[in-house]
Amino acid sequence: MNEAPVSEADLQAYADGRLAPERRAAVEAWLAARPEEAERIAAYRRLAHEVRAAYETMLSEPVPPRLAQVAARRPPWRRVAAAVAWLALGVAIGAPAGWQLRPERTVTQLVPDSSLIARRAAIAHATYSPEVRHPVEVGADDEQHLINWLSKRLGVKLRAPKLDEAGMSLVGGRLLPGDNGPVAQFMYQSQNGRRLTLYVRTEASRNRETAFRYARENNVGVFYWIDREVGYALASADLSRDELLRLANLVYKKLEP
Amino acid sequence: MDEAKRLVELIPRLRRYARALVGERSSADDLVQDTLERAWAKLHLYRRGTDLRAWLFTVMHNVHVNRVRATRPVDPLEEGMPELATGGTQPDALLVRDLDRAISRLPADQRAVLLLVTLEEMSYEEVARTLGIPIGTVMSRLSRAREKLRAMMTGQPASTKLKLVK
Repeated sequence: MNEAPVSEADLQAYADGRLAPERRAAVEAWLAARPEEAERIAAYRRLAHEVRAAYETMLSEPVPPRLAQVAARRPPWRRVAAAVAWLALGVAIGAPAGWQLRPERTVTQLVPDSSLIARRAAIAHATYSPEVRHPVEVGADDEQHLINWLSKRLGVKLRAPKLDEAGMSLVGGRLLPGDNGPVAQFMYQSQNGRRLTLYVRTEASRNRETAFRYARENNVGVFYWIDREVGYALASADLSRDELLRLANLVYKKLEP
Repeated sequence: MDEAKRLVELIPRLRRYARALVGERSSADDLVQDTLERAWAKLHLYRRGTDLRAWLFTVMHNVHVNRVRATRPVDPLEEGMPELATGGTQPDALLVRDLDRAISRLPADQRAVLLLVTLEEMSYEEVARTLGIPIGTVMSRLSRAREKLRAMMTGQPASTKLKLVK
């Protein structure tokens, strides 16, 4: 017989009733010759049954009101969409000249300094994105070095999300001074030369999360958000708000652990 | 919207898993609440047509890991013993209590795998995706969790033989 040897993984799958029939027969034959192992696997089966039985009542219990209430709310992204629409209306109505940073007020309460990240990101974008010869300190051809270097300086594990599917390829990155320590900036560019920067800084208060917010500083649009210990701001002067929002969603998705 | 409705339908399963995972009812519901809040905030990131349950459990796993990191773990044994309703078709209350206690003593990584496989009856691949670990790790954690649980429930030392199986 040329059966593959029975592994511990086979035995676990057997205990869960998840083996294909032929393999199951092989495992059964194997166990038949080893009563101690057979007893161990039988005990796993009994335990699985008991564990399911022990927590079964949780399934039929009524859902506590506080949980049902969370689920009854409107998804926040609709609120963001509504806020963006409102902002667009504001632009149409007037005050186009030199208008200041405008964080979303309809989204969750802002901590005072959180919109600062948008301003800083916009300034950094405006400073470096027009550079032809030196837009970045370390180029994307040395991406691993870039990531390691910036991660080390910021003290968190950074990633430069791949945005190629959205037509944006990584140019590279640089280290910048920030309000509370070093900041990383990644630069992306489309084939027709439109540029996008991702500004990344560490946040003092951990475990905080915010929805996407939009701000505009002079000609630079910024979507920014905080995810636990890291704040992100995605800035571009070359993209529409909608394009930028799509990219912000993509960046966010790519950064999901 | 469709996902929202299905999300609500999944709440009892989230509660069951959370209850077994954190070993205590009110922190379990706190975990479920945080999970729902986060899932709600990120629903736009959920890709339609993919498994909403797996996505939701991934969210719960991430929330749980962050909570554990952020707070000092509480030994459930110091918190007084949990309150699972018994009766009907359930095994007797003592067995449930012992099992609950034994599960709470498993290392957190192993407990999550055991519960997703056993309670949620997820495939090993789904568990690997949900927890963001390789499938080999799923299998070894499952194996260790079961052996520890068996040892605790039978009062025997866990088989040392398993240590040879990587």
